Amino acid sequence: MEGTTTMNRRFACTTGDLDPGESMTVPGEVKIALHRTEDGEFFATADTCSHEEWSLGEDSDLEDDELICPLHMARFNLRTGEPTCFPATIALKTYAVEVEGDDVYVVA
Amino acid sequence: MSSPDPTLDTANDTRKVLVVGASVAGVRTVQALRSAGFTGVITVLGAERHFPYDKPPISKEMLSSESTGEPVPLLTEDDVAKLDVELRLGAAAVRLDPAAKVVTTEDGEAHAYDVLVIATGASARNLPSGEGLAGVHTLRNAEDAVQLRSELAPGRKAVVVGAGFIGAEFAAAARAWDVDVTVVEAQPIPLAHILGDRIGAELGGLHELHGATLMTGVTTKRLVGETRVEAVELSDGRTLPADIVVVGIGAEPATAWLKGSGLPVSNGIDCEASLEVTGFPDVYAAGDVARPLHFLYGEPVRIEHWTNANDHAALVASSILGTPVPRPALPYVWSDQYGHRIQIIGLPSRGELVLTRGSAATGNLVAAYAGPDGVLVGALVLGNPRMLMKCRKAVMKSVHHADFERDLPAAS
Repeated sequence: MEGTTTMNRRFACTTGDLDPGESMTVPGEVKIALHRTEDGEFFATADTCSHEEWSLGEDSDLEDDELICPLHMARFNLRTGEPTCFPATIALKTYAVEVEGDDVYVVA
Repeated sequence: MSSPDPTLDTANDTRKVLVVGASVAGVRTVQALRSAGFTGVITVLGAERHFPYDKPPISKEMLSSESTGEPVPLLTEDDVAKLDVELRLGAAAVRLDPAAKVVTTEDGEAHAYDVLVIATGASARNLPSGEGLAGVHTLRNAEDAVQLRSELAPGRKAVVVGAGFIGAEFAAAARAWDVDVTVVEAQPIPLAHILGDRIGAELGGLHELHGATLMTGVTTKRLVGETRVEAVELSDGRTLPADIVVVGIGAEPATAWLKGSGLPVSNGIDCEASLEVTGFPDVYAAGDVARPLHFLYGEPVRIEHWTNANDHAALVASSILGTPVPRPALPYVWSDQYGHRIQIIGLPSRGELVLTRGSAATGNLVAAYAGPDGVLVGALVLGNPRMLMKCRKAVMKSVHHADFERDLPAAS
């Protein structure tokens, strides 16, 4: 199991790099947005909003377990990627996050 | 959208839902009903012949020389099939009989319903002398945008009546075509009635920065021309030659067809926070036409924003089906002008300007507004979505502006 995840995972940041309530974009072939809720939990989703072109890692807002796109106020559940209000109707792809010590990895 | 609640029997709900209006509020209502598991008959009546299309591009992408100028569809033919909805286009509603539960369309056909959703939106105001004069345009629907775009060409002269968002977005789009643009605004400062003098002046300044002429404190006296507009006569005696006139002086809720129905219509349709029309069970209003009690402001508010139509669609579906009420959202609107994105959260008109950072000219402006008690009621940003989201949270949590300012990072 370790082998398969290691192959597809990439280093995102250290836990100190991302404050609670903040998001960032993890560069790579497929851009991934890494989010850290106010409670400190990490989640990863597709970086581009499913409604219209916008980087959710660059700019988005977290509220409880929801992610809000600042372009048109689409909301998504961080755990499932499902949209929770209009205008989005398509789920965001979600990715697993692995925290090892201070290092945070996303599994693409 | 949220999953159907297994305790509610939406799948065996056989009510017939009639939605009048096939734009954002109407179409999204159908999507919300279906995603909640409702399997009853749904019919949508649309006054326009166009397949349902999205509204924001009308004054943005549809006017751009870089686009095809085609309307942006709200859904696909495949979506319509999946939604199992009877979509009647070119079917303007002309009469409502709430006792008999029947809506009559222009062609005389009677449409019976168990539940009615009124989502007829708002119609653009025109100048009295503008009706029937070629070259004079309002900008509210796809046909308006198609016609207006066909008139744009380098060197033509456009006069824009009204420096609100529609007028400003048209002016910006026309400047990109190298049209010679003059914007005429009745107020001494554009948008001052909703954003105050300082921020209104900042945004009005964008016109001059991008080669348009802005004339303020002056109104339109008369449009000159026999069959086609030739000039605009102003209240101060000046005359502006014009090939194109765009009238952007606001919109009126489309409620004329409800005359005689007994529904409570004043500035829009009065409804409860649930969007049920006051005194009329089984009749709901959504979008631009609805004037519900607002959860945050505690009084009836009618909002013509695109996001409001989306929010109302989800709310009206939950009210009809008895499913959980969606999380309330603040009023939100954006505008694209001269390459800048302006975003407004909350209702700045309910307060005074209490904080300003940056400027429109530098492409980064933040303005926050607070009520008499110092609590934030709204904010505007230009080119700063991150600050917009900070302001959104602060308005939602009724934060005092002094606390908000203290917690702001120095550089934002």
